[in-house]
Amino acid sequence: MSGDDAPEPESKPELGWRAREIERELPGLGLIVMQARIARAASLNARSPAGVEDRLRELSNRFRGARAVTLRREPVPAAYRAFFRHVGLDPDVVRTPIEAVALERMLRGGLHSGGLIEDSLLIALVDTGVPVWALDAAAVDGPLGIRTSVEGEPLGRSPRAAEGPLPAGRLVVADASAALAMMFGGLAADHEAKGGTAEVTLFAIKVPGVPSLYVEEALWMCRAALEQP
Amino acid sequence: MTQSGPVMERTHEWERGRSAIDVGAVSADAWVEVAERDVRETLRGQIARLERESSAIVADAFPHISPADRPDPRELRDEVVAGPRLLTFAELERVRDRLAGHTQDLRRLAAERVEHERRAHERLEAMKLEPGRYKFARLPVRDLGEGGCGVWEVRPRLGLIGMLSGWWQVKLSSGCP
Repeated sequence: MSGDDAPEPESKPELGWRAREIERELPGLGLIVMQARIARAASLNARSPAGVEDRLRELSNRFRGARAVTLRREPVPAAYRAFFRHVGLDPDVVRTPIEAVALERMLRGGLHSGGLIEDSLLIALVDTGVPVWALDAAAVDGPLGIRTSVEGEPLGRSPRAAEGPLPAGRLVVADASAALAMMFGGLAADHEAKGGTAEVTLFAIKVPGVPSLYVEEALWMCRAALEQP
Repeated sequence: MTQSGPVMERTHEWERGRSAIDVGAVSADAWVEVAERDVRETLRGQIARLERESSAIVADAFPHISPADRPDPRELRDEVVAGPRLLTFAELERVRDRLAGHTQDLRRLAAERVEHERRAHERLEAMKLEPGRYKFARLPVRDLGEGGCGVWEVRPRLGLIGMLSGWWQVKLSSGCP
C-alpha cells in the first residue's frame, strides 16, 4: 500500500458465532476472529523479518525448563487444561498448545523459526498462552463460528480432503459452508495460509477463565508480526 | 463422590422458581434438560477444581512426582483421539471420577514425599550431632527436597588418622560427575 492510498478500515477482533447447543452447554467458550493483511511481498514461507526472528529468540531464551514445569499452574494454561478435560481431551495425552511448545522447546533446545506465519502464531502463543490459528482469508466463506460436526462431514471444502470424514458431534471451527478445523486440532489443508496468501483470517478460542484481553492481545500480536514489511 | 448435595440444592431452587412462573407453559422434558445441564455444569466445576489441584501438586513436587506417573496413558488414548466434543453426563462423570482417582494418587505420593524428606532431615541432624555413629553414611540432597546432585557424607577427618582416632565429620560433596 502506497502512502497516497486512502487508509483501509482497521480490522478489529470480532466474536464468532456459536451453535445454539454450544452456547447453552459451554457458555464460556468463544471464538474471536481478526483479519490481517500480509504487508511484505516475499512468500509467507520465506524467512521471517529480523524483528520477528529477534522476538522469537528472546522468547526462546526466556522460556526455560523451569517454566515448562510450572506452566500448568499459570492461570491461562491452567484454564486450557481444564477446558480440554471438559471436552473429552486428556491434556496429559493430547497436550495443550502451550505445553506442546514447552516440550518442543526442551527437546529442540529452542524455539526455531519456521516462516512468518508459524513464527507469528508461536510468538503470540508463548507470550500470552493463547493459541491462534491462521486461515487463508480467500478460502473462508462468511463469518467463522463453532459448531459440532455432522456424521461423515469432511474437514474442508475440497472433495479430496484427506482429513475427513469426521464423526458426528466433534467440535469444529466452521464457516458458512464447511468445517475448517477441528477445535485445538489441525486446519483443513485447503484452507491453511500458504506462501502466496495475501490476507489471513486469524482466530483464537477463548475458554472459561481466560480474559478476553489475553485473547485479543494474542491476535493483535500475530497481526503486528504479519504486517511487518 | 456424590452429586446429591449440589443437585438437591439446585432442585429446590428450581422448585421455588417454578412456582413463580407458569409451570404449565414449560414441558417436563424442558425441566429435565435444564436440570441435566446444570448437573453437567457442576461436574465441569469439579473437574476444573481437581485439575487445578493435581497441577499444583505436580508443579510443587516436580521432579519427585512427575506428570508421567499416570497409570497408563495408552488406555486413555483411544478415547482421547476421538477429538473434542460435548460430553454427556455419564462421560463427564467418568472424567471427574478418573481425575479424582488420579488426584488422590498424587496427594498420596506428595504426602509420602513430605514424610521421606522429613525423615531425611532428621537423619541429617543426627549425622551432624553424632557423626561417629553414622560412619560413611551418605544422604543425597535430593532426599532433603533440594535441587542438585550434592551428597552429605560422614567421612573421617584427616583420612586414615581420623578413622583410627575416631574423628568423624559431615561433609557436603558436590556429587556431580
